Amino acid sequence: MSGQSEHVTKDELWDGNRSPFSVSYGKMMMWFFLVSDALTFSGLLTAYGVIRHGSSDLWPVGEQVFEALPGLHGSYPLMYVALMTFILIISSVTMVLAVEAGHRMDKKGVVKWLGYTIIGGFIFLGSQAWEWSHFIHGSGGGFQVNQPLTVAAADDAGNTYQISLDNGTWVHMSSDFGHKYEHAMELAEEPVAHDEHGGHGEHASAETHEDISTMVPEEVVLNKYTLEHKDGKDLRKLIVKGEDAKKIWASMEPGSMAFGANMHKNEYAIQQQYANFFFFVTGFHGFHVFTGVLINVIVWLMAVKGVFEARGHYEMIEKIGLYWHFVDLVWVFVFTFFYLI
Amino acid sequence: MERDDLIVNESYALNAKHDEAAGKQIRKKLYAVTVLLTVITIIEVFMGVAFKRNGTFAWETIKLTFLVLTLVKAAYIVLIFMHLGDERKNLKYVVLLPYAIFIMYLIFIGLYEGVSVQEGHNIFG
Repeated sequence: MSGQSEHVTKDELWDGNRSPFSVSYGKMMMWFFLVSDALTFSGLLTAYGVIRHGSSDLWPVGEQVFEALPGLHGSYPLMYVALMTFILIISSVTMVLAVEAGHRMDKKGVVKWLGYTIIGGFIFLGSQAWEWSHFIHGSGGGFQVNQPLTVAAADDAGNTYQISLDNGTWVHMSSDFGHKYEHAMELAEEPVAHDEHGGHGEHASAETHEDISTMVPEEVVLNKYTLEHKDGKDLRKLIVKGEDAKKIWASMEPGSMAFGANMHKNEYAIQQQYANFFFFVTGFHGFHVFTGVLINVIVWLMAVKGVFEARGHYEMIEKIGLYWHFVDLVWVFVFTFFYLI
Repeated sequence: MERDDLIVNESYALNAKHDEAAGKQIRKKLYAVTVLLTVITIIEVFMGVAFKRNGTFAWETIKLTFLVLTLVKAAYIVLIFMHLGDERKNLKYVVLLPYAIFIMYLIFIGLYEGVSVQEGHNIFG
């Protein structure tokens, strides 16, 4: 909102006693910081690209991994992350409206719009917490097969295919069975621990009656998070039932079972880098959002107290606005590379 | 030492104040950009759900479309929301050029390396 309308000669601009960029020191340093921070994020996203290009295995498909909405069953591909993106864009708009109000010395406007920005930031952080929680807990878990198998699998439309599974192929359980099995496994691992806490003993032993060694899934899902092609057809989320499902279950590679994702194992991909990059990049971005909200709250309190009114200008809103918009900018790229492509 | 945030000098953004009439114009522009960014996001999500990634020419085109749409969004955020479009030309270059040069180089070596590793997998298993 500055320099453009001014007409100054080159000599006036660079001879000192003024900013040659027509911005204050603080704003210029915020820009320089953002350039360095942008390089950091670009480095991370490029590293993700390097790993993904260099990977010879199938990479998980965004709309198959992220398709849940809180409190709802069923498939809503990319809806939740679209909502998160929308929230962040809107909070960016309220921020720029706060900057605009600052230029009019409108204290009430600044407090209102900056307040909305803070609320948007908190909603985004909460959404990301849910997204992480969902990613960490997974939807049913999966395991690898330890021998080549040929099974009959059906897609949504009812077409049946003969699918050959190589040694080490990942297959997945349905979420109902997977969660039940995970629960039973946890109980089986700590049968005596409950006894020390009095009343829990009876309860625990009653539940362990569901013996995990006799549990067999009714169906197994192939290509749950990936997509393969055969004769021009998409092979995703194929369901294997009956005897073939039992055959796959019996061929489970011991110890290969994974539920959700952590730093060592994940159910989404053979490559652990997929989960690690997801955690690191969205986590690093989330940390930026967190600090952004913190700074916004501090500046909001200053605005309420009338600090900027007394100072005669609301440039601080512009500076924190730059940071907040940058956070939105980074998310635009994270969204594209982690969810869309 | 003089605090620069207290300097009252015509050359600083601190004095970039405007009245209600000008504010109305600016807000109109901001709302238009909001609508544009929202529409682009909706298009992206729709494309992400509707099109399958399968390494064919069509998917490569869609991938390119995603990148173009993302860059359009980024340009609007930086130039309008961050007001870089309103700043002096020298500041624009000081911010954008070093970044652009480094990042084009980084992406070039990164993807070159990644593709080479992939080829290595294909050849040596």
